[in-house]
Amino acid sequence: MSESNRNDGVNRRKVLECMTWVGTGVLWTVSGGVPHSLGIMGEAAAAEAKGLTFLQISDSHVGFHLPPNSNALGTLEEAIAKVNALTLPQKPAFMIHTGDISHLSLEAQFDDADKVISQARLDVHYVPGEHDFLDPDRKFYVDRYGRGTKGAGWYSFDANGVHFIGLVNVFNLKGGGMGDLGAEQLEWLEDDLKGRSASTPIVVFAHIPLWTIYPEWGWGTDDSAQALSYLKRFGSVTVLNGHIHQIMQKVEGNVTFHTARSTAFPQPAPGTAPSPGPIKDFPVDKLGTVLGVAHVTFKQNEQRLAIIDSTLQG
Amino acid sequence: MSVAKSISNTMRSALVAAGLGAATATMLAAVVLPGWAQSTPQASAGAISIDNFTFTPQTLTVKAGTTVTWTNRDDIPHGIAADNNAFAKSKALDTDDSYSFTFTTPGTYKYFCYVHPHMTGTIVVEPSNG
Repeated sequence: MSESNRNDGVNRRKVLECMTWVGTGVLWTVSGGVPHSLGIMGEAAAAEAKGLTFLQISDSHVGFHLPPNSNALGTLEEAIAKVNALTLPQKPAFMIHTGDISHLSLEAQFDDADKVISQARLDVHYVPGEHDFLDPDRKFYVDRYGRGTKGAGWYSFDANGVHFIGLVNVFNLKGGGMGDLGAEQLEWLEDDLKGRSASTPIVVFAHIPLWTIYPEWGWGTDDSAQALSYLKRFGSVTVLNGHIHQIMQKVEGNVTFHTARSTAFPQPAPGTAPSPGPIKDFPVDKLGTVLGVAHVTFKQNEQRLAIIDSTLQG
Repeated sequence: MSVAKSISNTMRSALVAAGLGAATATMLAAVVLPGWAQSTPQASAGAISIDNFTFTPQTLTVKAGTTVTWTNRDDIPHGIAADNNAFAKSKALDTDDSYSFTFTTPGTYKYFCYVHPHMTGTIVVEPSNG
């Protein structure tokens, strides 16, 4: 067990539990409350070399400068420095950014974000947050990140046998509603998945969670059930979101949902504050414990991706 | 205008229009603007504050011809859009930014924050002679 785990990176990062059933040889680790099957022992170690590791960052809010963080660009810089300092068994293949790159969709904010994020020297696949679509024509985001995408910026790509889908749920929002994918995008999604083998691992990423976390604060996507219905037949589906500036996880059937931390400021747990705004009185010297990045490893023969969240501190 | 610099554009223009002294104006703007607006029939102003992701008051009833001003008191940007685009959309409102729209046609106007659409409010515009 120790051998198959040694190169995994999970053990070193506060795995809560690790058990072996000798009878079946299935090794489980639990990180962040979600069990990850690491496959049949031995095979897990053998699969290391074929694995895929990528990073997720989210909610940079470059331009935000109010309590508790007077310098969101500075904490993004820290996050990227953290990414560069990560000692992983293999170099991440790329990074995804799950939106709210900027705070106010200003060109200078996107410029600043790009300058810092590019220091990671990784390809970055973006999806927009609502803060990236604030200029009237969504021009700054679309010109910069929208090349080769459909509609308001959705797209898919393949890496190491995993099919990645970037969705946009922050445009054409309706009064009283939450995030929204819209008919055009849903149609594209259904078409994109058509003909793919059910054994293809799928990773879906979008800004607002694709599961309803707290409708009172709009933390969900109105038509996500439709999207998830197209994903039902796939054996392994991982949904990565941002928006809520804290980690939440849920497993439903073959679908694992995970939200990432922000690199800018923490938001309250659902219903614990009058509004979802920044936790203004969060101690500045403790910010590094609530901001961070996630790295995700997919290994063949696994049911789920191993997602490891790292804070800026520790 | 150094005193007025710290107050919002809308407040400033309203106060300039009223021709008040700058020192008095700052106090009025901070404390008694809503009452002041109501007691000045010519001004025909309505104010909606955006605080804690909520429009206050949730429903505002005004006479036709009234200029309604939304002011964002949150640390997060908001934006005003009407259901069915019944009135013009605001630009994104950063902290302390304001948006004004003059309602000339009686009716019920439902609106929401286009950044956080779970935030909703209503403007009821009554005939001005009613």
